[in-house]
Amino acid sequence: MCRTCGCDEGAKATISDAEGHSHVLPDGSVVSHDHDHDHDHGAGHNHDHDHAERETIVLEQALLAKNDALASRNRAWQAERGLLSLNLMSSPGAGKTTLLERVLRELELPAVVIEGDQETALDAERIRATGAPAVQVNTGTGCHLEADMVYAGLQRLAPAPGSVVFIENVGNLVCPALFDLGETARIVLFSTTEGEDKPVKYPHMFRSADLVLLTKSDLLPYLDFDKERGLEGLRGVAPDAEVLEVSSKTGAGLPQLYAWIRARAAEAAGGSHE
Amino acid sequence: MHELSITRNIVSIVAERADGRTVKAVRLKVGRLAGVEVEALRFCFGVCSEGTSLAGAELEIEQPPGLGECQGCGLTHELERLVGTCPCGGRLVLVSGDELLVQSMEV
Repeated sequence: MCRTCGCDEGAKATISDAEGHSHVLPDGSVVSHDHDHDHDHGAGHNHDHDHAERETIVLEQALLAKNDALASRNRAWQAERGLLSLNLMSSPGAGKTTLLERVLRELELPAVVIEGDQETALDAERIRATGAPAVQVNTGTGCHLEADMVYAGLQRLAPAPGSVVFIENVGNLVCPALFDLGETARIVLFSTTEGEDKPVKYPHMFRSADLVLLTKSDLLPYLDFDKERGLEGLRGVAPDAEVLEVSSKTGAGLPQLYAWIRARAAEAAGGSHE
Repeated sequence: MHELSITRNIVSIVAERADGRTVKAVRLKVGRLAGVEVEALRFCFGVCSEGTSLAGAELEIEQPPGLGECQGCGLTHELERLVGTCPCGGRLVLVSGDELLVQSMEV
């Protein structure tokens, strides 16, 4: 396999927009070429010096330090441009893309979208149909977005100063929680069709949320979903998260969501270097 | 399978420091509540270290238990999940058990 990007192990991320695609190297740089050549740039060392003595090197380094450093770079890049970036996470089918489609039509703020899925550009196509620029990141076997992929997406999209960057993570309530993307805030969706026990079953995800959206609220009359129990479980895991009940279908709760986003967008834009 | 990404980070951190020397052992600290499967990590380590200076290195993993400090009485209790309640009724806040560190390596 290519030791630089791991690309033929099915673990590469491909970033595509209407024009073409590129991929991301572990140092965060982005290349837009095809993969016919063999790139063996010096990451492997197979010299077997078998010295008898052992030397211990103390590292005490966070395992995700590299991702965290790249996330900080994203944060700085966004801050310079006054961008608000929101990392949307949920299980598959909780309604992230449907919510985004409506938000993009009604928010009245410039916005771009980075779409994460293992395969296909279906979601980015849905988003582009709303008129918002979007790039699709396909993670292959990967189950979450990482900061370098978001950086590549930001470079491709080049959002106008003051824009909102929506990052739709891969549908998964486990892995995305661990990876900082450099987002300003995390929004976790919890749909009424999933059952009220999701927050207590996936506490890592919910405890990282700044805002939790209880989606598909229009279906509440038809479901056995125990809302009080669901919210109680959520409060136990994420006592400080704000909670909004929304329906992408009827629009219920969306004005409150827009107010939440606009307040944060104004804050982000105000903090930029003019 | 975020363990795969985590393992690639381990290999890259350690290989960089090894600078071509053969790595004999890698020591990690992975808290029991870090959300990482240690068995999956071991499996990925075997795969990711192949063809690098870490190939064949021993992987030692220390797994500190979860500890929560009560927001009410200040006592510390062992936690098996991320959330918990103190016998006094206070909320337990995680103070240890979510570590994800490469502690050291041997060359």
